[in-house]
Amino acid sequence: MPTSTSKYMYVTNDPQKCVGCQYCEYICSYTKTGAFNTYRSRIRTVRAEEIVVTSIGCRTCENPRCVAACPREALWQDEKTGVIRVDADRCDGCAWCIEACDFGAISINPATKRVEMCDLCETLEEGPQCVKWCPKEALTLTTPDQRAQRARQKLATEEVIGLKE
Amino acid sequence: MNGYSGRILHIDLTNRKSWVESKPEEWYKIYIGGTSLAARLCWENIEVGCDPLSPGNPICIGAGLFAGTPVPVGGKYGIASKSPLTGFLGDSLSGGWFAVALKRARWDGIVVHGASPEWVYVIVNDDKVEFRPAGHLLGKGTFDTEEAIREENGDDQLRSATIGPAGEKQVLFANVTNDGRQAGRTGHGAVWGSKKLKALAVRGTNDVRVADPATLLKLSYDISKTAQGKYTEKYRVLGTSSNVLNMNRMGLLPTRNYQEGTFEHAELISGEYLWEHYRVKTLACAQCPIACEQMRRAKDGPYAGAMSGIEYESLFGVSSNLGLKDVQVSIKLIELCDQSGMDTMSTGVTLGWAMETFERGILKKEDFKCKKYPEGFEPNFGNGEAAVTMAEMMRDREGIGNVLANGVRKASAQIDAERGTESWKWAMHVKGLEAVGYDMRGLKTFALGAAVVTRGVCHNRSAAYDVDIQGEVDRFGVDEKRGKLARETEEYAAVYDTLPLCKFIRRCFTGKADRAGAWPAIAQLINATTGWNFRYEDIDLIGERAHTIKKAFNIREGWTRKDDHLPWRVQHEPMKTGPSAGHVVSEEELEYMKDLYYEAKGWTKEGLIPKEKLIALGMDDLAEAIGV
Repeated sequence: MPTSTSKYMYVTNDPQKCVGCQYCEYICSYTKTGAFNTYRSRIRTVRAEEIVVTSIGCRTCENPRCVAACPREALWQDEKTGVIRVDADRCDGCAWCIEACDFGAISINPATKRVEMCDLCETLEEGPQCVKWCPKEALTLTTPDQRAQRARQKLATEEVIGLKE
Repeated sequence: MNGYSGRILHIDLTNRKSWVESKPEEWYKIYIGGTSLAARLCWENIEVGCDPLSPGNPICIGAGLFAGTPVPVGGKYGIASKSPLTGFLGDSLSGGWFAVALKRARWDGIVVHGASPEWVYVIVNDDKVEFRPAGHLLGKGTFDTEEAIREENGDDQLRSATIGPAGEKQVLFANVTNDGRQAGRTGHGAVWGSKKLKALAVRGTNDVRVADPATLLKLSYDISKTAQGKYTEKYRVLGTSSNVLNMNRMGLLPTRNYQEGTFEHAELISGEYLWEHYRVKTLACAQCPIACEQMRRAKDGPYAGAMSGIEYESLFGVSSNLGLKDVQVSIKLIELCDQSGMDTMSTGVTLGWAMETFERGILKKEDFKCKKYPEGFEPNFGNGEAAVTMAEMMRDREGIGNVLANGVRKASAQIDAERGTESWKWAMHVKGLEAVGYDMRGLKTFALGAAVVTRGVCHNRSAAYDVDIQGEVDRFGVDEKRGKLARETEEYAAVYDTLPLCKFIRRCFTGKADRAGAWPAIAQLINATTGWNFRYEDIDLIGERAHTIKKAFNIREGWTRKDDHLPWRVQHEPMKTGPSAGHVVSEEELEYMKDLYYEAKGWTKEGLIPKEKLIALGMDDLAEAIGV
């Protein structure tokens, strides 16, 4: 399974908590387009099996494959935040970045025919709106290292106290 | 128009064509959405007096006003046709994602006319309608059909409402299913089967526009956060099967085909027991912050691995009502029903009738011959394998399954005609729709509510049990208040079914679920979505109008006062055991309460709607067709 080794923050979903309500998609599309349209969301929910649900957005990879794949140098990564940026004048919607992304986190805007992905709502003080809205607190803004810390903590709690959620 | 596209899609299966009908804003202000809008479409498009399984009976779908917006629990749709079980209006609701796709395809409703000569499925791709052959999907379960359609069209966002094998065989209580959710009860699946329509798939890619998105977001956010608190805890943790022990305690848990109201193994089928031993996951519908679908999986025994979402109303029918104490068999039966697209409650109640009729010696072992058991079998209460086998026979219309698949009213009538018996006396139905998980002998207000519901006995359309259970009235007595209470509770429910909003949100607006607690908030949501200026009294009108269009439909199909009845057992056999022991709902009590109810509704003594009433509701265009 592909994993991100990023030092950057990204939005991650705990599938144990996710109930598949799609609120993240509603809110993302509204935040980015002013209308409710889950096809325009930059985070996408997935129902892999009847009881396996989660949602996936940009993982802000280090050495991102989408950037490497772009034949027109339309994509680059913000060094401070890890957010992938798109030069709308250069992007021609060829979709090579979409194919290169292991997370299926890039999509084409049907109106502009340019690619778009999660930008962590970086212009908003409150941060990612999907995280704010998630009714089950399944979404968090995190790094791989923070996820690992939490996993260790959870395991330790379970093993020591014998507690399970 | 905000919140609506103003467009109804008509699809003609006979001639393979489609067209668009525009509706004015005033029309939406009366019928709003959900079951009410679907019922109105049915009123406009049906051939009056038609056989429900003939091409003249349309499939009518009404999207939710709030579907596709962030309004919590608003991702629902209503569906209406003339019911093959009751001969009156059959209206149902379902959640999932289908309604959202409809709204994004910019359709407020769909009417499917005629019948296809070959099996077909229809794709609505925004404005485009395509007819596709469906022969290769026959026999597939509901979930597999949806997946197959997504797969062959390369779009994991494609949302389908489908029928399973039970609908293909026109089992009269077959469902329409989408995203694992069921538009259940009144046999929509059989209507689809009669039209050879296997599925209706929708891909919607447009924006959903509302009048005041900022206000709508603020309201929705607050409601969704409140919905994480105590008001919904019951649904989020145990789900509705937490009702089992309460119902048992009050002597209302239907047991062995309503012969008793308490079950000696209630603990073993309780929501608590299911949670402790079999829980695997909780799921939600689109735009639902509550998440009540409690997925439970059988872990040992002959049905290990079976998994289904367990609701109380499904559970009672296929556990206590069949005398089954191993709830893993119930999980299997619900899974079988959901995948076959077959109503769990009607299945359970019909199986309960079959088991009692066997125990009384009317049905015999050899009546149950089938491929699996060529010599037949003995379906006593408590026999899980027999219950599963009978359900499979119903789904396939194999052997006696062909009789049972017509529901308990027709099945009992057929057996009684053949054998000179009176098994109709323990056939538990109202208007042909199988009964629910609340024994009416211990809930007198609900008994009235159940008798008068337009689609047949229903705990969703009439919430009258609430005043009985909460102790606001004497649940074993009758008095002059009952007519007004039945009216109020049924119109309250109709508001939720029309928007539609899932009723589980009802306490999350202000903490109080009554009109004063919910109506102002619901008016705000409607106004922010549409730009209208609805007030408290307009919300009341939504419920009354919704109920009026359904009732008018029934009157036009020949409804008379005697159709508001109760099962014979409820009226003549006193409850044997438990806290409701000794009670019946007598003929006098029922007729007295019906008088009160018709009066409270502003109807005639015969239960008909007078013209003045229609004029007051702005619905006088219905008058001529119902002879006033």
